[in-house]
Amino acid sequence: MVDLVAKSPCDGLLPVSHGAAMLDEVLPEAITSVALLGGSDADATKALADALGLGFPATNRFEGSDGVKIVSIGPGKAFVLGRPVAIDGAACTDQSDAWAVMALEGGDARAVLARLCPADLRDGEFDVGHAAQTLLGHMTCTMIRTGAERYEILVFRSMAQTAVHELERAMRSVAALG
Amino acid sequence: MRLEGRGLIDRTREVAFTFDGRRYSGHPGDTLASALLANDVRLVARSFKYHRPRGVFGAGSEEPNALVTVGRGAAQTPNTRATVQELFEGLEVVSQNRWPTLERDVMSVNDLAGPFLSAGFYYKTFMWPQAFWEKLYEPIIRRAAGLGALSGEPDTAHYDKAFAHCDLLVVGSGPAGLMAALVAARAGADVILAEEDSRLGGRLLAEDERIGAKSGVGWVEDVRGELGNFPNVRIMTRTTVTGAYDQGTYGALERVALHLADPGDAPLETFWRIVAKRCVLAAGALERPIAFADNDRPGIMSAAAVRAYLHRWGVAPGKLVTVFGNNDDAHRTARDLAAAGVKIAGLIDSRRDVSVADGDFPVFSGGEVTGTAGRRGLREIKIRHSGGERSIWTDCLAVSGGWNPTVHLTCHMNGRPVWDDGLAAFIPAEGAVPGMTPVGAARGVFSTAGCLEDGARAGQAAAEALGLAVSAVDIPGGDDTPFAFEPKWRVPGRRRAWLDFQNDVTVKDVELAAKENFRSVEHMKRYTTQGMAPDQGKNSNIGALAVLADATGRAIPETGTTTYRPPFVPVSLSAMGAGARGKGFAPERFTTSHSATVARGAPMIEAGLWYRPSYFPAIEGEFWREACDREVAMVRNHVGICDVSTLGKVDIQGPDAGAFLDFVYTNMFSTLKVGRVRYGLMLREDGHVMDDGTTARLGDAHFVMTTTTAAAGQVMQHLEFVHQCLRPDLRVRIMSVTEQWAQFAVAGPKARDLLNDVLDTPIDGESWPFMACGAVTVAGVPGRLFRISFSGEHAYEVAVPARYGDTLFRHLLSLAESMGGGPYGMEALNVLRIEKGFITHSEIHGRVTAFDIGMERMISAKKDCIGKSAAARPGLVDPDRERLVGLKPVGSVRQITAGAHLFNKDDPATRAHDQGYITSVGWSPTLESYLGLGFLRRGPERVGEVVRMVDHLRDVETLCEVCDPVFFDPEGGRVRG
Repeated sequence: MVDLVAKSPCDGLLPVSHGAAMLDEVLPEAITSVALLGGSDADATKALADALGLGFPATNRFEGSDGVKIVSIGPGKAFVLGRPVAIDGAACTDQSDAWAVMALEGGDARAVLARLCPADLRDGEFDVGHAAQTLLGHMTCTMIRTGAERYEILVFRSMAQTAVHELERAMRSVAALG
Repeated sequence: MRLEGRGLIDRTREVAFTFDGRRYSGHPGDTLASALLANDVRLVARSFKYHRPRGVFGAGSEEPNALVTVGRGAAQTPNTRATVQELFEGLEVVSQNRWPTLERDVMSVNDLAGPFLSAGFYYKTFMWPQAFWEKLYEPIIRRAAGLGALSGEPDTAHYDKAFAHCDLLVVGSGPAGLMAALVAARAGADVILAEEDSRLGGRLLAEDERIGAKSGVGWVEDVRGELGNFPNVRIMTRTTVTGAYDQGTYGALERVALHLADPGDAPLETFWRIVAKRCVLAAGALERPIAFADNDRPGIMSAAAVRAYLHRWGVAPGKLVTVFGNNDDAHRTARDLAAAGVKIAGLIDSRRDVSVADGDFPVFSGGEVTGTAGRRGLREIKIRHSGGERSIWTDCLAVSGGWNPTVHLTCHMNGRPVWDDGLAAFIPAEGAVPGMTPVGAARGVFSTAGCLEDGARAGQAAAEALGLAVSAVDIPGGDDTPFAFEPKWRVPGRRRAWLDFQNDVTVKDVELAAKENFRSVEHMKRYTTQGMAPDQGKNSNIGALAVLADATGRAIPETGTTTYRPPFVPVSLSAMGAGARGKGFAPERFTTSHSATVARGAPMIEAGLWYRPSYFPAIEGEFWREACDREVAMVRNHVGICDVSTLGKVDIQGPDAGAFLDFVYTNMFSTLKVGRVRYGLMLREDGHVMDDGTTARLGDAHFVMTTTTAAAGQVMQHLEFVHQCLRPDLRVRIMSVTEQWAQFAVAGPKARDLLNDVLDTPIDGESWPFMACGAVTVAGVPGRLFRISFSGEHAYEVAVPARYGDTLFRHLLSLAESMGGGPYGMEALNVLRIEKGFITHSEIHGRVTAFDIGMERMISAKKDCIGKSAAARPGLVDPDRERLVGLKPVGSVRQITAGAHLFNKDDPATRAHDQGYITSVGWSPTLESYLGLGFLRRGPERVGEVVRMVDHLRDVETLCEVCDPVFFDPEGGRVRG
């Protein structure tokens, strides 16, 4: 019997570091999309709170921290990162292998993202705890701010190579500007 | 000529550069223009049409004359303005539009033909014969007239695009811009201060002025220091705001590394999109020339630029300078030069009764310049004044016709500037761009004191509009002399007087346009090409307008202006398209089997953004058709493996999931049993086919839909639209899971044997009949198995979480190869499905209905669905429509080609006789024939008939027999096997 070997989305691509920015892969134990089905949303969010100890996030926000995070990806929709979850009253779908999750960290992180992402990432507009469905170059992405100088970015697994290439290109540019 | 002890340059260091191969030297802080003038190089370019000698005219980005080519080879950049290019060690510059040299330019014979090359010359002369225009006239004219040329090689330099956001964008850093930025920054606003120049200060760098108790430059440095300490201020020098767009978005071009000898990894330029809540436009004003005979010689310059070269770069552009103007700035030019020890040969003021208090030089009031001489540089001018006429020897004539506020950005959203009679200039219209406030010289406030006040006021207003409190604003004092001026646009005369230096448009051309009834300013512009050069007529449009107004007997405001469009300065396409060269144009999507596939030498083809294998060569150099035939036979006889992960996979969950699918699909899904798969057809609202695919029921309230690869995004969008807008009542949720699963087709008579080697629990025909689906474990990993077939063979699709895709694919291949099988690519997949008459988007290309593809019975009568009523319209079920058929060659020619058209056997192959067309073809090794799918009028009724296929493009003609689209195994025995 064959032994199936797990390969991460950014296998062989990360980490990379240029100037004051470092890009590395994040491997949450599980990613589950949770979409409230309407009708009994209060029960569903309560079940979720019981399971994770976290409330359902407001649109464009996320709850939780290092261990488990629940990230808004639209009205009534969220990704749970870090722990598998299945609750009644919501459509729960395993997405653990669907997303390349990368963390961009460092003093230049925001300047790097400014080269690829049209969203307003200034303090006060995109703070720690904020989430956005936005663009990374030509790719759609989910972006969350997990620290003063740390962002996590989710792109399609199939686009991991392009995403790393584009981020690294921007990192080099910003590093060269000093 | 460099003057001692003046200028903001670093005289302790020398910077060497070359111009047309000759070595020169300048200092850090120099532009190419200031360094050339310091080296007494006056002739720097040839004009566009007449190849007239030209020198530096201005000192800013509006420069019309001094265009040069910078760099060599692929990186060479033509039409660089010498006034903008900063000097660096080793800078290589060549002049352009001349042959063989700048001094002796053969094409300057054009100038002798000048009298004939008037406006509209080409339209009148080269009209006949018509065919000559494109082949003969245009290439010759284009070769003779022109600016710099591109290298013809791809530009491999690095450029960037970026986004920025702020509360307040201040455009320009003269006294008005600096005050606005300072006041808003002190109030706490997030400020971006964009300055086109390499350092802050605007006109203050170019004049000898005092602000408060400090020198102008000293004050600028103080403000720069204070702004630099604010964390909420971002100073962007070398950044030109190029356009104003909707919702506070501004385009800006930053020249990041064009001033560096070695940019390293830094981009040469960055194109910014800046989103600002408010904007203060402090873009200043552009000095306008006066048109007089032969006013384009090297040495004739803008008076404001002459002062800039004197004060900022310590350069006297001439040894014996004359000044001609209609305002007091002209006096200032003469005074400043005289004070610096430069000899003034005369000040000619077009106004009568003017006096210059402390000038030790001749003043000619009521005067005008009537002519100039000097072939490669100014030598002499002729003047007429209240005391008579005379000639003056001079090598530099500084000209000032007054100022035009830089209103450009205020017009980018359809605003029209307003004429101000007092200033004889256009000023910005109120509220022309929402959120933008023009200040200072950009709105006609020309005194330094006025600019400081205006800027402070706008900074305060912007901060308050942002809800910030502003403490008392301390405005320093500045020069408050009112701007004394009397309009003067041109000096009458018979010789050519230039308006647009860059496009060689003269007063005569504009008058001719008016005479020939091109009286509208927009018509005049196009007839004469006035303002259509890269500088967009920055210093000539208003002058031309004044001439047109005069020639048509109208006032200037009545005549109107042409439209100001972005970009304000030329923007390199490489900056706008930064990162998009080659594969940067679009993201690449790779399957988990990508590296194993590439390792086998499979040529990859693009399917949407995905890369999929075309075929897998068994030996190096195997021809694609050989490989395809081999792979088809392999699937028909043994077993083949194909990565089908690229197909769209959509998770549909909820108690109303079945009802939702009933609504989006033509056929019924709510009745599908759990553990079963059904083929579904989806229509657009207009009744035409959108997509097809299979949907599996994994649980009571859980379905997984598949879509075609290229339509995955469109279908997802459609499903969301239907749910959110048409059926929000349904409790259902839609989620893409395309990326979650690595899914492989295992097809062929040995498919089940192979699978039983990888599945933890073996399957048989009873537990997994055709169209069964369900959960399985693959080597201990939970996966899914679907018994579906796109090849007509006994086949499955096995799915595992994507992380295991790479190893599972490699393992499936080795198992298949041990059984006489192996991987197959898109070519074989295509042939397999054509043999079975299965459709793809080649057939459902957007203009066909379910009726056309023979699936009208799939539109369930028991329920409604999207597109149902539209599909029932008489025109869409007309039996005369082109409908799906199979085609087989029967004549001597055995080839069928996709895209060919079908005709009745004895009809001529012309459009009027068209009977249909071919959508898919392939060589079937199974049936040893070309097979085609196509659409033929009344197709299904014509099975057995012979039709004529004509491919007009490839020149192929074949007789084809019309067949049922299912060529192979029509009973479907194999798929159930």
